[in-house]
Amino acid sequence: MALLELRDIHKTYHLGGETIRALDGVTLDIDPGEFISIIGPSGSGKSTLMHILGCLDSPTSGTLKLDGTMIHDASARQLATIRNKKIGFVFQFFNLLPKLTVRQNVELPMVYSGASNKERRERAMDALRLVNMEDRSKHRPSQLSGGQQQRTAIARALVNDPRIIFADEPTGNLDSNTGEMILQMFDKLQQEGRTVMLVTHDPEIAAVTPRRIEIRDGKIANEIDPKLAGDAPRFEQVSSREAETTP
Amino acid sequence: MNIGTVIQSGIKEIGAHWFRSALTMFGVICGVASLVTMASFVKGKENLLRESLAQTGGLEKITLESEDDLPDYQKHLEGEAKGVTLKDVYALQNGAPLVHTVTPIVNKRYPRVSRRGKGTRVSSLLGTWPSAVELLEHEIEHGRMFNMMEDHLGNNVCVIGTEVRNSLFGEYDEQGQPINPVGEKILINYLPFTIVGMFKEYMSDEDRKKKNEAIARGETISRRNPFSRFRGGDRNARRTQYIYYQKNSTVMVPLNTLVSKLDSSYETGSAMDRKLSEVTMKIHDVSLMSPSLQQVRNVVMRTHKGLEDFEFETQEEFADDINLAIHNERVSGMFIAGICLLVGGIGIVNIMLSSISERVREIGIRKSIGATTLDIFTQIITESVVLAMAGGILGLIVSPILVNTLAGFAEDTTPPVMTSMAMMVAFGFSVLTGSLAGLFPAIKAAKLDPIQALRYD
Repeated sequence: MALLELRDIHKTYHLGGETIRALDGVTLDIDPGEFISIIGPSGSGKSTLMHILGCLDSPTSGTLKLDGTMIHDASARQLATIRNKKIGFVFQFFNLLPKLTVRQNVELPMVYSGASNKERRERAMDALRLVNMEDRSKHRPSQLSGGQQQRTAIARALVNDPRIIFADEPTGNLDSNTGEMILQMFDKLQQEGRTVMLVTHDPEIAAVTPRRIEIRDGKIANEIDPKLAGDAPRFEQVSSREAETTP
Repeated sequence: MNIGTVIQSGIKEIGAHWFRSALTMFGVICGVASLVTMASFVKGKENLLRESLAQTGGLEKITLESEDDLPDYQKHLEGEAKGVTLKDVYALQNGAPLVHTVTPIVNKRYPRVSRRGKGTRVSSLLGTWPSAVELLEHEIEHGRMFNMMEDHLGNNVCVIGTEVRNSLFGEYDEQGQPINPVGEKILINYLPFTIVGMFKEYMSDEDRKKKNEAIARGETISRRNPFSRFRGGDRNARRTQYIYYQKNSTVMVPLNTLVSKLDSSYETGSAMDRKLSEVTMKIHDVSLMSPSLQQVRNVVMRTHKGLEDFEFETQEEFADDINLAIHNERVSGMFIAGICLLVGGIGIVNIMLSSISERVREIGIRKSIGATTLDIFTQIITESVVLAMAGGILGLIVSPILVNTLAGFAEDTTPPVMTSMAMMVAFGFSVLTGSLAGLFPAIKAAKLDPIQALRYD
């Protein structure tokens, strides 16, 4: 059974009397343990797709099943609980709280899931160990390098042991060496059995994942899936077209 | 999310912007302090008024006084009006069973009371009957009250208050023992009078405690000019002492003695016709106030042949006046303190709104990792309440200082009395202000869309 099942997802916005179809009938299955990237230029709808997959937003129509539960019409409160327990986010700008220490930042999801102080501390330190940040637990985000901040953000995404991790341009704010290191970390997490989804506009970054989905004008324009035969050339096509449109 | 964590993070957030928080709290501090101060001054006044009500005879006391101004339809009979006389007293004793201890009083102003050439000011020289002791809430410490026999005979006897003793004899002798003046002679308007009794010294419980402690330490408080205590010493205590001072500097003589020997205005010849300052009596049952008054009125109307040259003074009116005055002061004080708290509350709304607009991104992050709308709401409202509570506590700390400072500046006001009730109410209001002030910012923050909030810079 697929971890995430999207069936004919539509999302429309109304902006000043104009209707914008951000997503226009997306159907997609994501299996547990997959390493996927979603690529597309800005305005393609990839962010909207990630927000819906990440339960930050609800689709206008269509059905969405996570872990066997229908969630496309869940209440805000239910969505918050799902985000807390089943989903981990890693953002381009790290999004750590500047007033909290590294450990407190990592503990934050457990504050909302209601773990005890002791448990919070132990699990936060475990997560920090996974990303080699345990010796920086008392630092503030402003005292860390970009790569260290992103590793802290990854630890925060991991701490509640989510079913899937979404990474929105996780290397966008990092130099290429650090970015490479972060991508290797995702790769390692995937090999340990986690489901990871990268969202990026950069085909080179997308190239690290076996399965790649290209979004254009709110639709799936191309998909390369190692499970299906003869995908490799199609992906080349995607990436060359990407290279043309992206400066 | 447990409440301990929420409060902890609220305190941390306030500490992170301590200067801004302190400025915000200042409004609440002012509100709470002004509420407590107002309540203290009103309470002080109330205590003083109630004390003076009790000291002057309580609610059961009613007073019949002469009234020179007749109603219009009786104006032409003004010459016939004799005012309240002893006839009324006898008539009331026999004809008004709802009242008891009917006592005539003639109050002689500015008497000259002296001994061995040393004079003293006396608040009132009363010519009256022995029952005045009970009626005016006096107690005899040494000797006795004069009796009716002495009144009939017009003997030169008097009972004095301790202030009179202090002025004429001193308070302590060489051995440090209080002086007992019973049996000594003093001059009242140059006539010799024998002191047959002395009243107890009336003072507030607090003063009595101080005095006993001083005596226990072996100090004797040297006799002071009775008015010196209005200049030096504890300013706050002055006003309360004034009632006691008045009571302590009383001299009582038999009514007949006063009328026949000390009264130059007495002219008609019969003591029965002497116009009295007042006739004071007590009623048996306060709940029967109006029938009692009606009965007294009926009796007196008869002795006065229908002339309404008298009026009643009841302590009930005094009590009503007290309640009204206290109520009015409380309402106006509450209003002012309420405005202070309102301003403080607006300060909190303002700072919370600016605080959440600074923290839109933080709220977005918190929502994206699983904070519910309720979690965010709780977080913001807790910060607001913690802010107001901190202001409230500081306000409670500041208020005694404010109360004492103000009492020091305003010398003629009554001494303020701080009650824990007032402090709890003030603190409760500060918490209420905090929760109301936090409501709008908290709803605003909780409603933020996580996607928009995460994009916000």
